[in-house]
Amino acid sequence: MTIDAKGMHYTPLNKMIRQAVASGVREIVIDNVLGQRFIANGLRSNVRITINGVPGGDLGMFMSGPECIVHGDSEHAPGNTMDNGTIVIHGSAGDAVAHSMRGGRVFVRGDIGYRGGIHMKEYDQKRPVLAVGGTTHAFLGEYMAGGIIIVLGIGHEVAVKDRGIGSGIHGGEIILRGDIEDRLLGVGARKVIFTEDDLNRLSPLITEFCERIEVDPSQFLDTNYTRIIPASSRPFAGKYTWE
Amino acid sequence: MSLGSVPLKYKISIDRDQCMKCMRCVDNCSYGVYRIEDDKILIDSRRCTACHRCISMCPRDAISLQEKPVDYRSHPLWTAQAREDIINQARTGKIILAGMGNAMDYPIIFDRLVLDACQVTNPSIDPLREPMELRTYLGKKPAKLEFTKSDKGDIELKTELSPNLKLDTPLMIGHMSYGAISLNAQLSLAKAVAKTGTFMGTGEGGMHESLYPYQSNMIVQVASGRFGVDINYLERGAAIEIKIGQGAKPGIGGHLPGEKVCSDVSCTRMIPLGSDAISPAPHHDIYSIEDLAQLVRSLKEATEWKKPIFVKIAAVHNVAAIAAGIARSSADAVVIDGFRGGTGAAPKVFRDNVGIPIEAAIAAVDKKLNDQGIRNEVSVIASGGIRNSADLAKSIALGADAVYIGTASLIALGCRVCGNCYRGLCPWGIATQQPDLVNRIDTDVGSQHVANLIHAWTLELSELMGAAGINSIESLRGNRERLRGYMLDEGMLKVLNVDPVGA
Repeated sequence: MTIDAKGMHYTPLNKMIRQAVASGVREIVIDNVLGQRFIANGLRSNVRITINGVPGGDLGMFMSGPECIVHGDSEHAPGNTMDNGTIVIHGSAGDAVAHSMRGGRVFVRGDIGYRGGIHMKEYDQKRPVLAVGGTTHAFLGEYMAGGIIIVLGIGHEVAVKDRGIGSGIHGGEIILRGDIEDRLLGVGARKVIFTEDDLNRLSPLITEFCERIEVDPSQFLDTNYTRIIPASSRPFAGKYTWE
Repeated sequence: MSLGSVPLKYKISIDRDQCMKCMRCVDNCSYGVYRIEDDKILIDSRRCTACHRCISMCPRDAISLQEKPVDYRSHPLWTAQAREDIINQARTGKIILAGMGNAMDYPIIFDRLVLDACQVTNPSIDPLREPMELRTYLGKKPAKLEFTKSDKGDIELKTELSPNLKLDTPLMIGHMSYGAISLNAQLSLAKAVAKTGTFMGTGEGGMHESLYPYQSNMIVQVASGRFGVDINYLERGAAIEIKIGQGAKPGIGGHLPGEKVCSDVSCTRMIPLGSDAISPAPHHDIYSIEDLAQLVRSLKEATEWKKPIFVKIAAVHNVAAIAAGIARSSADAVVIDGFRGGTGAAPKVFRDNVGIPIEAAIAAVDKKLNDQGIRNEVSVIASGGIRNSADLAKSIALGADAVYIGTASLIALGCRVCGNCYRGLCPWGIATQQPDLVNRIDTDVGSQHVANLIHAWTLELSELMGAAGINSIESLRGNRERLRGYMLDEGMLKVLNVDPVGA
């Protein structure tokens, strides 16, 4: 099924998507997307949605199951509070990508803005993934409570050169290509060596991401990464005293 | 050199002639005040929080409690509290954590407002035999109604109405999360609102599956931490509330310590077992009213525009302008939480010093929204220190559509406002996750007490309205003529838009 979204408001667009999914459609192509927000918002299905254009904010917010492939850039917060499913962006994305994402995967071929992966969290079998081909701005993985963030830094001298990485992190891990200056780490984040075991564990993910963004994965299958983890799962436990 | 300890706050004593050593005090005190040694009950008063559990459970009324038996040298500036806080912080170097609401001796504006009653020319109404309309609808109302007439002459409503919450009484129970309070406390509240035709908030801790049978009477909350939030949770709520701020701690986030994140709380909040549940101070996808509008619309879009969306803010200095912005963000109701609002845990300095009283905030918001001609676009819900039906009536006369109560509903469950909620040892089974303490609440009995409270306040509100010659809650809303200020200064009367007594 193909939808021409030219000049269309997001509510009728989402209504069309919901109706299509309800009638059993499992492949939707949306052409001429230009800033429509909330595409696939709260959608529960195994539908595959191909978006040609630039979706607006909160793409796939609260989404549980679908796969959204974006041929273009995306505005801020794709994958916001996402429960399950996959978002692949073949361009760059704005701020707060994967905000509070609890499950599923967000793959961005290009760069992302500030506060990528903020408050990502994991639960039970759900372990969300944010993978970025390019670089990110400050406060990557702020308040992160679970899941994995991988940044390859393709086309950049270092994967991330903005500060506040993992500020307030109390769960999950951030994997950055190459070495990262200590001064860029946020409060409560600490660097550890990326081991062969880590590589074995993460190789399938790195390979899948590279294949999704059409990059040769072999150049990234080594231990040339920095792993950032929480200094504590209770970062503020010692801050208070009783009345 | 050590600073030593501060004097004990309470002194417990047992009338040994009355005591029959049944040990109920020992069993009931979760703070460890009592212990048995050589068949004698020993007392450690230093551990006492004045929760009154032991006194309530003593079958012989043998226990007595006195406040602060040791005096400091009196001083008008350096109060005992000021000195104790300094000693505490000099010893630890930490932020002082506190529970419940603002404990400072600010004047209470509600107590300086008096309600009207009819006399000869405009007779009062007797609610015993006259119908009183307390039904309240929360949500957007249309500025005008449009109708179409069919060829057959049938009249149909053309205006599309926004989803509204329908309340039998303008009184709801505010948001207290699973984690901050126990599941049995939440269940008691849920059963009570279902009985009385009103609503309660889930708080920001998600919705435990035991509460699903009551979901049509529950407002689900979305806070910055997004705990427990998924599409199923959003769809379960009768309405959705975005929590921006809280009266007890405006401008800061929330923090449930990891030791309270037991398996059931972890499951409901959808976070790892034992990790801190941190709600950052801001929502990191909201930096403007336009961003707020995006979250409001995102929630509406996710739930197919079937649910009203509330936005809760703390009452602060420019609350009226903020509320006007919220009204324009397409939210259906703005919740204003005053600086008397309760909490499970807050930095004491915030609880006692940040924010403004709810009375002034309601009046200012009502005026601003009226001045801008958008009062119909949003309902106003007031909370934070509503203690009785008079506070409820005065809140509505100042411009609220309905109120949330929090602490009052907990008192109906046994809470004695001891203010130690953050320790997780609540002997009444309310602010705790310890199974033996949680089990102290029988949810059927607890819900009946809360339902009784709501019913009693509703009756009193009807009587107050009848006395004022009003038979519909809509006629009380924003009706300043039914209020007079007593011993309030001119500036405050102007903010409240209320005349002084005698005028």
